[in-house]
Amino acid sequence: MARVVVEVMLKPEILDPQGKAVHGALPRLGFDGITNVRQGKRFELEIEGEVTEERLLEISKIAETLLSNPVIEDFEVSTLRPAQDVASSTTGDGAS
Amino acid sequence: MRIGVVTFPGSLDDVDARRAVRFAGAEPVALWHGDHDLRGVEAVVLPGGFSYGDYLRCGAISRFSPVMTEVVAAATQGLPVLGICNGFQILCESHLLPGALIRNDHRKFVCRDQPLRIENNRTVWTNEYDERAEVTIVLKNGEGGYVADEPTLDMLEGEGRVIARYLGDNPNGSLRAIAGITNDRGNVVGLMPHPEHAIEDLCGPGTDGLGFFTSAINALTRV
Repeated sequence: MARVVVEVMLKPEILDPQGKAVHGALPRLGFDGITNVRQGKRFELEIEGEVTEERLLEISKIAETLLSNPVIEDFEVSTLRPAQDVASSTTGDGAS
Repeated sequence: MRIGVVTFPGSLDDVDARRAVRFAGAEPVALWHGDHDLRGVEAVVLPGGFSYGDYLRCGAISRFSPVMTEVVAAATQGLPVLGICNGFQILCESHLLPGALIRNDHRKFVCRDQPLRIENNRTVWTNEYDERAEVTIVLKNGEGGYVADEPTLDMLEGEGRVIARYLGDNPNGSLRAIAGITNDRGNVVGLMPHPEHAIEDLCGPGTDGLGFFTSAINALTRV
């Protein structure tokens, strides 16, 4: 089983009130020097079998059709390798 | 005359919209999001609310519901469609109208009696209003900021497709204070304020909203 990640971000020219709210909270918490925050969405799609070029094209289609609104958002598709998977879950365990 | 009102899971204002249709003098027909036909209605209202929980993006999942497949096909053939609030968001996600609606710039939910100017009284849904009429209609939204790129905004303005504009303070950060727009044919209208909540004096800010519904009846009667 492989996992493909789709990250969706508002286009740079679109106002991001949520990112602004997060940015506004940082100085109150004592975190300085962050000049901007943009908030986006991350989707992890688990797929059957191997990640092929065809599959990735299909996932781009999914991202374009449903996961993002191309009028206001951009998206990026990337493949999560099994090793990365292990690494990220280890980090998660370490943090908990 | 039969005017359909679609209920999605999470619709809030479908009952008020059906009531407004009845007050205006037409027969409201309840349509369900899973319906594969429009039951012979002559116009459709997509009401406000939070369809499918508004998960992902407002209107993003509703756009792919069976009834919307029918609405999109019929709208491109000229069926009058009015999308109110969440309905406006669904129309944008369906690409029946350009642009998109994003979170209010001030990040707060807004709920108020909103003065508007009717900028285009030549659409199916606005022909009962005087040209440049100033009306007050309920506005209530969290994600009502209308956005589109500059060429699209210029095109909408140039073709008279901005049908209503906010007067006074911009309540949600909508570009060029746009409250509602129409398609090139004038049969599809998206509106962020809620005319169905302004149809009688007892509740709401008056009866200024009724004109949207009587306009459709008027347009359909003339045909």
